[in-house]
Amino acid sequence: MNVIFDLRRGSFALKAEFDLPDRGVTAIFGRSGCGKTSLLRCMAGLEPEASGQLQVAGQAWQRGAWSLPTHERALGYVFQEASLFPHLTVERNLRYGWRRVAPGKRRVEWQPTIELLGLEGLLDRYPAQLSGGQRQRVAVGRALLTSPDLLLMDEPLASLDSDSKAEILPYLEKLHRDLAVPLVYVSHSQDEVLRLADQLVLMDDGQVQTQGPVADVLTRLDMPLAHQQGAKALLEGAVVRQDEADHLTEVICDGQSIWVSQLNQPPGTPVRLSVAARDVTISRAPATDSSVLNCLAVQIDALEADPQPGHVLVVLRLGAQVLLSRITERSRRQLALTRGDCVYALVKGVAVH
Amino acid sequence: MILGIAEADWIALLLTLRLALISTVLLLVLCIPLAWWLAFTPNRGKVLVEALVALPLVLPPTVIGFYLLILLGPRGAVGGALEAAGLNHLAFSFTGLVVGSMVYSLPFVVQPLQNAFQNLGSRPLEAAATLRAGPLDRFVTVVLPLTQRGFLTAFVLSFAHTLGEFGVLLMIGGSIPGQTQVASIAIYNHVEALDYGAAHGLSLVLLVLAFVLLLSVYALNRRFRWVGVAQ
Repeated sequence: MNVIFDLRRGSFALKAEFDLPDRGVTAIFGRSGCGKTSLLRCMAGLEPEASGQLQVAGQAWQRGAWSLPTHERALGYVFQEASLFPHLTVERNLRYGWRRVAPGKRRVEWQPTIELLGLEGLLDRYPAQLSGGQRQRVAVGRALLTSPDLLLMDEPLASLDSDSKAEILPYLEKLHRDLAVPLVYVSHSQDEVLRLADQLVLMDDGQVQTQGPVADVLTRLDMPLAHQQGAKALLEGAVVRQDEADHLTEVICDGQSIWVSQLNQPPGTPVRLSVAARDVTISRAPATDSSVLNCLAVQIDALEADPQPGHVLVVLRLGAQVLLSRITERSRRQLALTRGDCVYALVKGVAVH
Repeated sequence: MILGIAEADWIALLLTLRLALISTVLLLVLCIPLAWWLAFTPNRGKVLVEALVALPLVLPPTVIGFYLLILLGPRGAVGGALEAAGLNHLAFSFTGLVVGSMVYSLPFVVQPLQNAFQNLGSRPLEAAATLRAGPLDRFVTVVLPLTQRGFLTAFVLSFAHTLGEFGVLLMIGGSIPGQTQVASIAIYNHVEALDYGAAHGLSLVLLVLAFVLLLSVYALNRRFRWVGVAQ
């Protein structure tokens, strides 16, 4: 689905165009004020001044200046701060959207949704009696129960403290796995994107800079994310086996094994790993005499000067995936690293998402 | 004589209550769109409308009554048009009193409603729209329950204000018993006639009524706190 939106408001101009996949999580990522929330609101029909093009599940939602009213769109919207109705109990909040959808058109079922989001014990409470994380879970459930063709979430975790975030993220991950409708997720948190997103739409100053699979956009040297201090690469792999004695789990990424802290997941479970550029060192020889656990055979794909003086950012190819490494210019010279070289990446830290 | 108050005074009292009720209910309904517009419009002309709405707060009631008398009378723009259409002009009639009360109490209804709508903000409405609720549905299921305190305040202020109205009503209604003679005017007439006993009785009823009304608002306000929570 091609999405195009134009919106002018004072000195701010949104001029965005991107491709929305039929399923999976598309993260709209950028710093605050870049227009990502405005873009999401345009998609929901909440910006009457917007013009553009949007078609969802075969139905036109926006065509030029014409816009289908929000309440006629099969969408679910989760606002940044939970906007539950304070005069209704959790159950009546959840039923608000549910009963406005004809029974024949309901694809999301009541009970599994309540269980998925762990809402059983909250149904009789009022929003004021809930924690921030609980409120957002209810808001997500309320949006899901309208059986949307498109789910839109505007930084649903931004207003939560880290405990509440940690509480709600697993639910969103479950959603990510189970949901058959596309989810557009606005965020400025790299961590959330690493955990949840499949596609990344990078925005700056009201425009879409680029879009693509998360792992690609994160490591593209012509894009700002790879050059950030905390630049990370994303690896997809699968659990192979557990080493109970050492409390480690082996994950295979493109044929190479990576050991991570023990995961309680059965073999075959897909996992996402992220590796920070500063945690990867490069060696000409396999590291047999080092404390570093993970040593991967990789090929240098690209080298580029880093904004940090005296440093070089190296893109390392690992099968179909890539790693980033930030090394000093001196190291690059001493090892005479050039594009196409086969080297070893020593990975000091791996985060599991 | 019931409770020491003459029958004519009871009639004036009932007329007052009827006038207050009718004009308040009409005002509440008619002011919803105006207060809504004032709460949400980005239009800069809004301040002009706000000043106009607040005018009855500061104008002497006799000034309002005087202009209304001219406007609603047989040769006024409204009264004349009604006469031309084969109807009666509104000066010295109960309908004229209703119109006058509505003008006089306008700010007492618009301002609480406007505040309530502004405090509510657009977020609950947007949330309701994303949950498939159409405009009327949103108003009934979200706006009304969350702004009931504003409506209650507007109702009581307008009602109580109309109970105590004097100048406007005297100007456009005169003092026709059973038609335009309200309690405040009846009290004035009693005092003019030096019948302090009758003035006392009627005044006490109005005093108690106003106090009970306000008391009930303050008591009820403790229960209706949703707008506060919504923010």
